[in-house]
Amino acid sequence: VTSPGAPGGSGRTYDPAIRGERIALVDLLDRVLAGGVVISGDITLSIAEVDLVTVSLRALVTSVTALTEAPDPAREQSS
Amino acid sequence: VSAVTAENLCVWVYAVTDGEPGASADMIGVGGGPVRVIRAARLTAVAGDVSLAEFGEAPLRRNLEDLDWLAQTARAHHAVIETVAKGCPVVPMRLATVFASDSGVAGLLRDRAEDFRRVLARLRGRSEWGVKAYAARPADPGPAAQAGQAAPASPVDSASPAAPAARGEGAVPGEEGARAGSLGPGAAYLQRRRAQLAANHDARREAVASAQAVHAELGRLAVAARLYPPQAPDLTGQPTPMVLNAAYLVAEERAEEFTAAVTNLTAAHPSVELTLTGPWPAYSFVGESEVSPEGTVR
Repeated sequence: VTSPGAPGGSGRTYDPAIRGERIALVDLLDRVLAGGVVISGDITLSIAEVDLVTVSLRALVTSVTALTEAPDPAREQSS
Repeated sequence: VSAVTAENLCVWVYAVTDGEPGASADMIGVGGGPVRVIRAARLTAVAGDVSLAEFGEAPLRRNLEDLDWLAQTARAHHAVIETVAKGCPVVPMRLATVFASDSGVAGLLRDRAEDFRRVLARLRGRSEWGVKAYAARPADPGPAAQAGQAAPASPVDSASPAAPAARGEGAVPGEEGARAGSLGPGAAYLQRRRAQLAANHDARREAVASAQAVHAELGRLAVAARLYPPQAPDLTGQPTPMVLNAAYLVAEERAEEFTAAVTNLTAAHPSVELTLTGPWPAYSFVGESEVSPEGTVR
Protein backbone atom coordinates (compact mmCIF):
# COMPACT_ATOMS: atom_id res chain seq x y z
CA VAL A 1 0.00 0.00 0.00
CA THR A 2 1.53 3.28 -1.02
CA SER A 3 0.10 6.73 -0.65
CA PRO A 4 0.93 9.60 -2.99
CA GLY A 5 4.10 11.34 -1.96
CA ALA A 6 5.07 8.60 0.46
CA PRO A 7 8.67 7.45 0.33
CA GLY A 8 8.71 4.88 -2.43
CA GLY A 9 11.15 2.12 -3.12
CA SER A 10 13.27 4.15 -5.50
CA GLY A 11 14.88 6.26 -2.79
CA ARG A 12 15.61 9.04 -5.26
CA THR A 13 14.46 12.06 -3.34
CA TYR A 14 16.02 13.53 -0.26
CA ASP A 15 13.61 14.09 2.57
CA PRO A 16 14.58 14.91 6.15
CA ALA A 17 11.76 12.73 7.42
CA ILE A 18 13.12 9.76 5.50
CA ARG A 19 16.58 10.54 6.75
CA GLY A 20 15.30 10.65 10.33
CA GLU A 21 13.87 7.17 9.95
CA ARG A 22 17.17 5.93 8.54
CA ILE A 23 19.06 7.24 11.52
CA ALA A 24 16.94 5.19 13.88
CA LEU A 25 17.34 2.25 11.53
CA VAL A 26 21.10 2.41 11.96
CA ASP A 27 20.72 2.02 15.72
CA LEU A 28 18.33 -0.86 15.21
CA LEU A 29 20.63 -2.60 12.74
CA ASP A 30 23.55 -2.32 15.16
CA ARG A 31 21.50 -4.43 17.52
CA VAL A 32 19.59 -6.90 15.37
CA LEU A 33 22.58 -7.65 13.13
CA ALA A 34 25.43 -7.59 15.62
CA GLY A 35 23.50 -8.42 18.81
CA GLY A 36 21.07 -11.17 19.69
CA VAL A 37 21.80 -14.83 20.11
CA VAL A 38 23.50 -16.51 17.19
CA ILE A 39 22.40 -20.07 16.58
CA SER A 40 24.98 -21.83 14.50
CA GLY A 41 25.28 -25.33 13.18
CA ASP A 42 23.08 -27.56 11.10
CA ILE A 43 19.86 -26.94 12.96
CA THR A 44 19.22 -23.58 11.34
CA LEU A 45 18.35 -23.30 7.69
CA SER A 46 20.39 -20.35 6.84
CA ILE A 47 22.76 -17.55 7.37
CA ALA A 48 25.40 -19.04 9.67
CA GLU A 49 27.99 -18.41 7.01
CA VAL A 50 26.76 -14.99 6.02
CA ASP A 51 28.31 -11.96 7.58
CA LEU A 52 25.07 -10.15 8.19
CA VAL A 53 26.67 -6.93 9.28
CA THR A 54 28.74 -6.59 6.15
CA VAL A 55 25.92 -7.56 3.85
CA SER A 56 23.42 -5.11 5.20
CA LEU A 57 25.76 -2.22 5.86
CA ARG A 58 26.62 -2.48 2.21
CA ALA A 59 22.92 -2.15 1.46
CA LEU A 60 22.64 0.84 3.77
CA VAL A 61 25.66 2.67 2.46
CA THR A 62 24.69 2.11 -1.14
CA SER A 63 21.23 3.42 -0.51
CA VAL A 64 22.25 6.46 1.50
CA THR A 65 24.81 7.33 -1.13
CA ALA A 66 22.06 7.21 -3.72
CA LEU A 67 19.96 9.50 -1.55
CA THR A 68 22.63 12.14 -1.24
CA GLU A 69 24.11 11.75 -4.67
CA ALA A 70 22.81 15.06 -5.98
CA PRO A 71 25.79 17.44 -6.10
CA ASP A 72 25.89 19.85 -3.19
CA PRO A 73 28.19 22.79 -4.02
CA ALA A 74 28.22 24.15 -0.45
CA ARG A 75 29.51 20.84 0.79
CA GLU A 76 32.17 20.72 -1.90
CA GLN A 77 33.49 24.08 -0.78
CA SER A 78 33.59 23.33 2.90
CA SER A 79 35.44 20.05 2.60
CA VAL B 1 -0.75 -26.53 15.31
CA SER B 2 0.98 -29.34 13.54
CA ALA B 3 4.58 -30.01 14.42
CA VAL B 4 5.30 -30.52 10.75
CA THR B 5 5.70 -27.30 8.83
CA ALA B 6 4.21 -27.08 5.37
CA GLU B 7 6.72 -27.56 2.61
CA ASN B 8 6.83 -23.97 1.47
CA LEU B 9 7.22 -22.49 4.95
CA CYS B 10 10.00 -22.18 7.48
CA VAL B 11 10.10 -20.94 11.06
CA TRP B 12 11.47 -17.54 12.00
CA VAL B 13 12.44 -17.24 15.67
CA TYR B 14 12.24 -13.85 17.43
CA ALA B 15 13.17 -14.58 21.00
CA VAL B 16 13.21 -17.09 23.83
CA THR B 17 11.65 -16.48 27.22
CA ASP B 18 10.84 -18.39 30.38
CA GLY B 19 7.82 -16.16 30.95
CA GLU B 20 4.43 -16.10 29.32
CA PRO B 21 4.44 -13.92 26.20
CA GLY B 22 1.29 -11.84 26.30
CA ALA B 23 -0.86 -11.32 23.26
CA SER B 24 1.23 -13.18 20.71
CA ALA B 25 -1.93 -13.88 18.74
CA ASP B 26 -2.38 -10.15 18.10
CA MET B 27 1.13 -9.52 16.89
CA ILE B 28 2.08 -9.18 13.25
CA GLY B 29 5.45 -10.66 12.52
CA VAL B 30 8.10 -10.68 9.85
CA GLY B 31 6.62 -11.15 6.39
CA GLY B 32 3.23 -9.99 7.72
CA GLY B 33 2.45 -13.38 9.22
CA PRO B 34 1.12 -14.30 12.65
CA VAL B 35 3.26 -14.92 15.71
CA ARG B 36 2.95 -18.07 17.81
CA VAL B 37 4.88 -19.90 20.50
CA ILE B 38 6.83 -23.17 20.54
CA ARG B 39 7.42 -24.68 23.97
CA ALA B 40 10.00 -27.15 25.25
CA ALA B 41 12.11 -27.62 28.38
CA ARG B 42 9.94 -25.08 30.25
CA LEU B 43 11.06 -22.42 27.80
CA THR B 44 9.06 -20.62 25.14
CA ALA B 45 10.28 -19.60 21.72
CA VAL B 46 8.35 -16.78 20.09
CA ALA B 47 8.22 -17.69 16.42
CA GLY B 48 6.29 -17.38 13.19
CA ASP B 49 5.98 -19.09 9.84
CA VAL B 50 7.59 -17.35 6.91
CA SER B 51 7.80 -18.23 3.26
CA LEU B 52 10.74 -20.30 2.14
CA ALA B 53 10.68 -18.44 -1.16
CA GLU B 54 11.47 -15.18 0.66
CA PHE B 55 13.40 -16.34 3.72
CA GLY B 56 15.20 -19.46 2.55
CA GLU B 57 18.95 -19.17 2.33
CA ALA B 58 19.40 -17.94 -1.25
CA PRO B 59 16.49 -15.47 -1.33
CA LEU B 60 17.38 -14.25 2.15
CA ARG B 61 20.90 -13.48 1.03
CA ARG B 62 19.54 -11.44 -1.87
CA ASN B 63 16.90 -9.70 0.19
CA LEU B 64 19.38 -8.59 2.83
CA GLU B 65 21.00 -6.43 0.16
CA ASP B 66 17.73 -4.58 -0.35
CA LEU B 67 17.52 -1.76 2.17
CA ASP B 68 13.75 -1.43 2.07
CA TRP B 69 13.32 -5.14 2.66
CA LEU B 70 15.95 -5.12 5.39
CA ALA B 71 14.41 -2.12 7.14
CA GLN B 72 10.95 -3.62 7.07
CA THR B 73 12.19 -6.99 8.30
CA ALA B 74 14.35 -5.50 11.06
CA ARG B 75 11.48 -3.36 12.28
CA ALA B 76 9.05 -6.29 12.26
CA HIS B 77 11.55 -8.48 14.15
CA HIS B 78 12.12 -5.73 16.68
CA ALA B 79 8.42 -4.94 17.12
CA VAL B 80 7.65 -8.50 18.17
CA ILE B 81 10.62 -8.70 20.54
CA GLU B 82 9.78 -5.34 22.08
CA THR B 83 6.17 -6.36 22.68
CA VAL B 84 7.16 -9.62 24.31
CA ALA B 85 9.86 -7.89 26.37
CA LYS B 86 7.25 -5.64 27.98
CA GLY B 87 5.81 -8.61 29.81
CA CYS B 88 8.76 -10.84 30.55
CA PRO B 89 12.53 -11.09 30.15
CA VAL B 90 13.56 -12.17 26.67
CA VAL B 91 16.64 -13.41 24.90
CA PRO B 92 16.43 -11.84 21.44
CA MET B 93 17.61 -13.85 18.45
CA ARG B 94 19.83 -12.28 15.87
CA LEU B 95 17.93 -11.21 12.74
CA ALA B 96 17.28 -14.05 10.30
CA THR B 97 17.36 -17.04 12.64
CA VAL B 98 15.34 -19.47 10.56
CA PHE B 99 14.53 -23.14 11.19
CA ALA B 100 13.08 -25.76 8.88
CA SER B 101 10.46 -26.89 11.38
CA ASP B 102 9.05 -26.55 14.87
CA SER B 103 10.92 -29.63 15.98
CA GLY B 104 14.21 -27.89 15.21
CA VAL B 105 13.20 -24.99 17.44
CA ALA B 106 12.12 -27.31 20.23
CA GLY B 107 15.45 -29.11 19.91
CA LEU B 108 17.27 -25.81 20.33
CA LEU B 109 15.32 -25.04 23.50
CA ARG B 110 16.17 -28.46 24.94
CA ASP B 111 19.83 -28.44 23.88
CA ARG B 112 20.56 -24.96 25.16
CA ALA B 113 18.08 -24.77 28.03
CA GLU B 114 20.75 -24.08 30.63
CA ASP B 115 22.34 -21.31 28.54
CA PHE B 116 18.98 -19.64 28.00
CA ARG B 117 18.06 -19.88 31.67
CA ARG B 118 21.38 -18.42 32.75
CA VAL B 119 21.07 -15.46 30.40
CA LEU B 120 17.42 -14.89 31.32
CA ALA B 121 18.32 -14.83 35.01
CA ARG B 122 20.98 -12.25 34.31
CA LEU B 123 18.64 -10.03 32.29
CA ARG B 124 15.76 -10.09 34.75
CA GLY B 125 14.97 -6.60 36.02
CA ARG B 126 17.54 -5.02 33.73
CA SER B 127 17.35 -3.28 30.40
CA GLU B 128 19.60 -1.92 27.73
CA TRP B 129 20.28 1.75 27.02
CA GLY B 130 22.15 3.16 24.06
CA VAL B 131 24.43 6.18 24.33
CA LYS B 132 26.16 7.79 21.38
CA ALA B 133 28.51 10.74 21.50
CA TYR B 134 29.29 13.07 18.61
CA ALA B 135 32.02 15.66 18.58
CA ALA B 136 30.35 18.97 19.38
CA ARG B 137 29.67 21.27 16.47
CA PRO B 138 32.13 24.14 16.19
CA ALA B 139 30.99 27.20 18.16
CA ASP B 140 28.84 29.65 16.26
CA PRO B 141 31.20 32.22 14.78
CA GLY B 142 30.82 35.59 16.50
CA PRO B 143 30.27 38.88 14.67
CA ALA B 144 34.03 39.51 14.49
CA ALA B 145 34.67 36.18 12.80
CA GLN B 146 31.87 36.82 10.35
CA ALA B 147 33.38 40.19 9.51
CA GLY B 148 36.67 38.41 8.90
CA GLN B 149 34.99 36.02 6.52
CA ALA B 150 33.39 38.89 4.66
CA ALA B 151 36.88 40.06 3.72
CA PRO B 152 38.23 36.87 2.17
CA ALA B 153 41.79 38.10 1.76
CA SER B 154 42.42 39.19 5.37
CA PRO B 155 45.94 37.92 5.88
CA VAL B 156 45.41 36.55 9.39
CA ASP B 157 42.56 36.08 11.80
CA SER B 158 43.87 38.89 13.99
CA ALA B 159 42.93 41.27 11.22
CA SER B 160 39.28 41.12 12.23
CA PRO B 161 39.51 44.21 14.51
CA ALA B 162 40.42 46.11 11.37
CA ALA B 163 37.28 44.97 9.63
CA PRO B 164 35.04 47.78 10.96
CA ALA B 165 37.60 50.30 9.74
CA ALA B 166 37.62 48.67 6.33
CA ARG B 167 33.84 48.94 6.23
CA GLY B 168 34.15 52.58 7.28
CA GLU B 169 36.30 53.25 4.23
CA GLY B 170 33.63 51.62 2.13
CA ALA B 171 36.21 49.23 0.72
CA VAL B 172 34.87 46.50 -1.50
CA PRO B 173 36.13 43.14 -0.17
CA GLY B 174 37.82 42.35 -3.47
CA GLU B 175 39.78 45.58 -3.44
CA GLU B 176 40.72 44.98 0.17
CA GLY B 177 42.09 41.61 -0.90
CA ALA B 178 44.12 43.10 -3.72
CA ARG B 179 45.73 45.55 -1.29
CA ALA B 180 46.33 42.99 1.46
CA GLY B 181 50.04 42.82 0.71
CA SER B 182 52.15 39.89 1.82
CA LEU B 183 49.54 37.18 1.29
CA GLY B 184 47.56 36.67 -1.87
CA PRO B 185 44.02 35.29 -1.68
CA GLY B 186 45.22 31.72 -2.29
CA ALA B 187 47.80 31.78 0.48
CA ALA B 188 45.40 33.41 2.88
CA TYR B 189 42.83 30.75 2.09
CA LEU B 190 45.35 28.01 2.78
CA GLN B 191 46.34 29.61 6.06
CA ARG B 192 42.73 29.82 7.20
CA ARG B 193 42.19 26.26 6.06
CA ARG B 194 45.18 25.02 8.06
CA ALA B 195 43.94 26.81 11.17
CA GLN B 196 40.51 25.30 10.66
CA LEU B 197 41.93 21.79 10.28
CA ALA B 198 44.05 22.21 13.40
CA ALA B 199 40.99 23.37 15.33
CA ASN B 200 39.00 20.38 14.03
CA HIS B 201 41.79 18.04 15.08
CA ASP B 202 41.90 19.50 18.59
CA ALA B 203 38.12 19.33 18.86
CA ARG B 204 38.16 15.71 17.78
CA ARG B 205 40.85 14.79 20.32
CA GLU B 206 38.99 16.56 23.10
CA ALA B 207 35.76 14.83 22.07
CA VAL B 208 37.41 11.40 22.21
CA ALA B 209 38.76 12.13 25.70
CA SER B 210 35.31 13.26 26.83
CA ALA B 211 33.73 10.16 25.33
CA GLN B 212 36.10 7.97 27.32
CA ALA B 213 35.20 9.83 30.50
CA VAL B 214 31.49 9.52 29.73
CA HIS B 215 31.84 5.79 29.04
CA ALA B 216 33.75 5.23 32.30
CA GLU B 217 31.15 7.13 34.30
CA LEU B 218 28.17 5.35 32.71
CA GLY B 219 29.93 2.00 33.07
CA ARG B 220 29.93 2.52 36.83
CA LEU B 221 26.12 2.70 36.80
CA ALA B 222 25.73 -0.33 34.54
CA VAL B 223 25.95 -4.06 35.04
CA ALA B 224 27.69 -4.48 31.69
CA ALA B 225 28.65 -2.43 28.67
CA ARG B 226 29.27 -3.08 25.04
CA LEU B 227 30.97 -0.89 22.47
CA TYR B 228 29.78 -0.84 18.88
CA PRO B 229 31.87 0.64 16.10
CA PRO B 230 31.02 4.31 15.59
CA GLN B 231 28.48 4.74 12.80
CA ALA B 232 29.68 6.28 9.55
CA PRO B 233 28.87 9.97 9.02
CA ASP B 234 26.94 9.07 5.85
CA LEU B 235 24.59 7.00 7.98
CA THR B 236 24.20 9.27 11.00
CA GLY B 237 23.50 12.41 8.99
CA GLN B 238 25.39 14.34 11.66
CA PRO B 239 27.92 16.97 10.60
CA THR B 240 30.48 15.85 13.19
CA PRO B 241 32.03 12.40 13.76
CA MET B 242 30.63 9.89 16.20
CA VAL B 243 33.15 9.16 18.93
CA LEU B 244 31.18 6.71 21.09
CA ASN B 245 28.52 4.12 20.23
CA ALA B 246 27.83 2.14 23.38
CA ALA B 247 25.16 -0.01 24.99
CA TYR B 248 24.72 -0.41 28.74
CA LEU B 249 22.82 -3.03 30.69
CA VAL B 250 21.23 -1.18 33.59
CA ALA B 251 19.17 -2.41 36.53
CA GLU B 252 15.64 -1.04 36.30
CA GLU B 253 15.88 0.56 39.73
CA ARG B 254 18.90 2.51 38.50
CA ALA B 255 17.41 3.54 35.16
CA GLU B 256 16.43 6.98 36.41
CA GLU B 257 19.88 7.54 37.86
CA PHE B 258 21.41 6.42 34.57
CA THR B 259 19.35 8.72 32.38
CA ALA B 260 19.98 11.62 34.77
CA ALA B 261 23.69 10.87 34.54
CA VAL B 262 23.54 11.16 30.75
CA THR B 263 21.93 14.59 31.14
CA ASN B 264 24.55 15.69 33.66
CA LEU B 265 27.41 14.40 31.53
CA THR B 266 26.05 16.35 28.57
CA ALA B 267 26.40 19.51 30.63
CA ALA B 268 29.81 18.53 32.02
CA HIS B 269 31.37 17.73 28.64
CA PRO B 270 30.69 20.51 26.13
CA SER B 271 33.04 18.95 23.59
CA VAL B 272 30.56 16.14 22.89
CA GLU B 273 26.86 15.89 22.16
CA LEU B 274 25.25 12.84 23.73
CA THR B 275 22.17 11.01 22.54
CA LEU B 276 20.31 8.45 24.62
CA THR B 277 18.12 5.68 23.24
CA GLY B 278 16.19 3.03 25.10
CA PRO B 279 15.22 1.14 27.00
CA TRP B 280 15.91 -1.60 24.46
CA PRO B 281 15.40 -5.34 24.77
CA ALA B 282 18.84 -6.61 25.77
CA TYR B 283 20.12 -7.34 22.26
CA SER B 284 23.66 -6.43 23.20
CA PHE B 285 23.97 -8.63 26.29
CA VAL B 286 23.01 -12.12 25.28
CA GLY B 287 25.97 -13.46 23.36
CA GLU B 288 29.64 -14.12 23.38
CA SER B 289 30.29 -10.90 21.49
CA GLU B 290 29.53 -8.93 24.62
CA VAL B 291 32.94 -7.62 25.55
CA SER B 292 33.24 -6.48 29.09
CA PRO B 293 31.40 -7.77 32.14
CA GLU B 294 32.54 -4.83 34.24
CA GLY B 295 31.67 -2.04 31.87
CA THR B 296 35.24 -1.10 31.11
CA VAL B 297 36.63 -0.30 27.72
CA ARG B 298 38.21 -3.29 26.05
